[in-house]
Amino acid sequence: MEDMIFYDRLQFAFTITFHYIFPQLTMGLSLMIVYFKWKYLRNKIEKYNNAAKFFMKIFAINFTMGVVTGIPMEFQFGTNWAKFSELTGGIIGQTLAMEGMFSFFLESSFLALFIFGEKLMGQKLHFLTGFLVFLGSWASGWFILATNAWMQHPVGYEILDNGKFVLDNFSELFTNPWLLPAFLHNQMASVVTSAFVMASIGAFYILRDKHSEYGRLFLKTGVVFGLISSVLVAFPTGDWNAKNVAKHQPGAFAAMEGIFETEDAGAEIVLIGQPNMVKKKLDNKIAVPNILSFLTYQEWHKQIPGMDQFEEEELPDNIPALYYSYHIMVGLGTIFIGVMALALFFLWRKKLYNMKSLLWTIMFLVPFPYIANITGWYTAELGRQPYLVYGLLKTSDGISPTVSSGNTLFTLLGFVALYMLLGLLFLVLVGKTINHGPTPQKH
Amino acid sequence: MEIFWYIAIGIVLTVFFILDGYDFGAGIIHLFFAKEEKDKEVITKSAGLFWDSNEVWLVAAGGMLFMAFPTFYASVFSGFYLPLIIVLWLIIFRAIGLEFRGQFKYQMWKDIWDKSFGVSSLLLALFFGIALGNIVRGVNLGSVENGVSAHEGHYFFLPLWDSSFSPLTDHPGVIDWFTIIIGLIAVVTLAIHGANWIILKTNSSINKKLKGVIFKLNIALAALTIFSLVVWQNVNSNSLDNFIHKPYLMLFPIIYLTGLIGLFFVKKIKKNSHAFLLSTLLILGGITSSLASLFPVILPSINNKHEDLTIYNTSASEYGLSVALIWGIIGFALIVVYFIIQKRLMSGKIDNMDYGH
Repeated sequence: MEDMIFYDRLQFAFTITFHYIFPQLTMGLSLMIVYFKWKYLRNKIEKYNNAAKFFMKIFAINFTMGVVTGIPMEFQFGTNWAKFSELTGGIIGQTLAMEGMFSFFLESSFLALFIFGEKLMGQKLHFLTGFLVFLGSWASGWFILATNAWMQHPVGYEILDNGKFVLDNFSELFTNPWLLPAFLHNQMASVVTSAFVMASIGAFYILRDKHSEYGRLFLKTGVVFGLISSVLVAFPTGDWNAKNVAKHQPGAFAAMEGIFETEDAGAEIVLIGQPNMVKKKLDNKIAVPNILSFLTYQEWHKQIPGMDQFEEEELPDNIPALYYSYHIMVGLGTIFIGVMALALFFLWRKKLYNMKSLLWTIMFLVPFPYIANITGWYTAELGRQPYLVYGLLKTSDGISPTVSSGNTLFTLLGFVALYMLLGLLFLVLVGKTINHGPTPQKH
Repeated sequence: MEIFWYIAIGIVLTVFFILDGYDFGAGIIHLFFAKEEKDKEVITKSAGLFWDSNEVWLVAAGGMLFMAFPTFYASVFSGFYLPLIIVLWLIIFRAIGLEFRGQFKYQMWKDIWDKSFGVSSLLLALFFGIALGNIVRGVNLGSVENGVSAHEGHYFFLPLWDSSFSPLTDHPGVIDWFTIIIGLIAVVTLAIHGANWIILKTNSSINKKLKGVIFKLNIALAALTIFSLVVWQNVNSNSLDNFIHKPYLMLFPIIYLTGLIGLFFVKKIKKNSHAFLLSTLLILGGITSSLASLFPVILPSINNKHEDLTIYNTSASEYGLSVALIWGIIGFALIVVYFIIQKRLMSGKIDNMDYGH
């Protein structure tokens, strides 16, 4: 039984981590493409139009990857989490089916039109198709977050005698207090990724002294979008989310902040330290007193319950992983604000394009927003443990009753092998597109 | 309300098989008949331009099934665990072949991606047919052995095959001689459909030859169809009841027959779109006839201990289904609009169209 749960979780974690490399870019990038296309409509400078079309090519590769790695996500609800699907499908099936109907069709239809139809449609309609792609991809995020919000903080349901969750109020799925903060935080984080990708391509072009006109445009746009979104990720959206966790999942909050013991005079904020689960304390801790109480409740001396206040069964089952995920996310987020603020300062001083060290830094930072996004999701998902539906349905009660661990390990190994090949394909395709550059092809 | 959702999901699934069916079929034709590089390129393009938007229909069908019939979704997806995951791998592998092909200069590399596209298309068609065969044959619900159930009555687990390869044992596997026959029918049907698609959308040099291929495949299909109908009776003895009690359901087999008979005249048909329509009828008629023969059952039980899964004992709550009806109609109307816009702009031969990604 234990190893069944372990392999089911590992397979889901692996496939969702790989999958989420792609949508986090497409959501943010679609917004920036709409921006370029809008600029082009206003000023008719060809550069902006080419930029929009160039990034739509990168969008399309990521979208395709998102589709082929997304189908396994949907299937796995049934294949590996059958009991969970049976019990909650009447509710989360709603939001997942809506995602398919309202966002994938929109995204895929208008993506094809954006790529093939510019000459047929004229510029205004072309802008509109770009906007609809953006709308589709953000709607997809909205429905996925609505699904996840229900698992984090279930609303609008009734539980029948046979254990089934049935929907009792549809609109509550979308007015869930967990949803809006999580959605905005997630979308801003995805803009961070796309802004860093854009700035990084820009820095690469400048450093390589090829397509450098576009390099400057990409870098400038990336830095501006990057700074704004990095700030918005932390405040107010990140702050808002943390307060939600403190309020609705206090055990998870204590674990992710690494508070083992309750301090009566207010909780400290931990910057660094390693959870020691034997001694129930943090090793090598560096912390600032009272800050956490202030950030969470705006009161310096407000008591925040530590992990000692909870039964072990109520706490997440992997506290170190949760703690590290959260701290990596927050730490990286802080670095992003710093780097982007510095870059914007030098952009304003008109020095950025010649500052090799900063350009190299921006170029190499590109994997980190991905890591921050993914550890952010780990924080949400590990924090919800040991439940699938917080407080109501245990993870161990959600797996497929008939699928043996040997079968799951077999399919997990298959996914690992196939995704390595897929990852290679992705890098080759994106690499070729970047190398070719945004200058239109000559026929 | 259950019936509405059953029909809606049936439509979305059928549309998926009609749309993705042509690019699976193009893959099969590509594997066996495309010899020159120019033809290979244009055939992969005729699939490569469209496959991802076609597969969105699969995602939509999955989502709707999950929402409307969660117990069925849970039971079937976990019960057919291995074949479903293998289908996922094939879908991914096929996509890799399609997308990688154009990125390489040397024929040696193009060839290997062509094979991965062709072989996975063929296997997918086979597996989808086998899946349909499993649904009409039924499974050992509750995994009953010697009168004892190993699981709750709506769960089961099927190995890929049982050593007897027979549909008539108490615990058949996914692959047996009956499901293989249905699998072959699917392969031949989609090959015909794909050939029609290639003729319709490209100027490849094998277009002329393909008409003859369609004719021959159609003979094979007619033979397989008759053979399968004979054995079908042995595998599921209730298979004709619905058609006897509700004669209007005969419409679906008639649709299939129209396609089958019509395609014997493929060489005389002037308009390529008419031939494509006939193979569309084949898919439409084939799927709907199979579903109609079971209705309202969606997965028969082959033991006496547990009931068949029907649309009534696997559905979500009445309230959930009604709310979804409202957004479902809006969503569906929007999809039709996108579809019309897209097909209008993407009509005609694709040989000279830019390959975007």
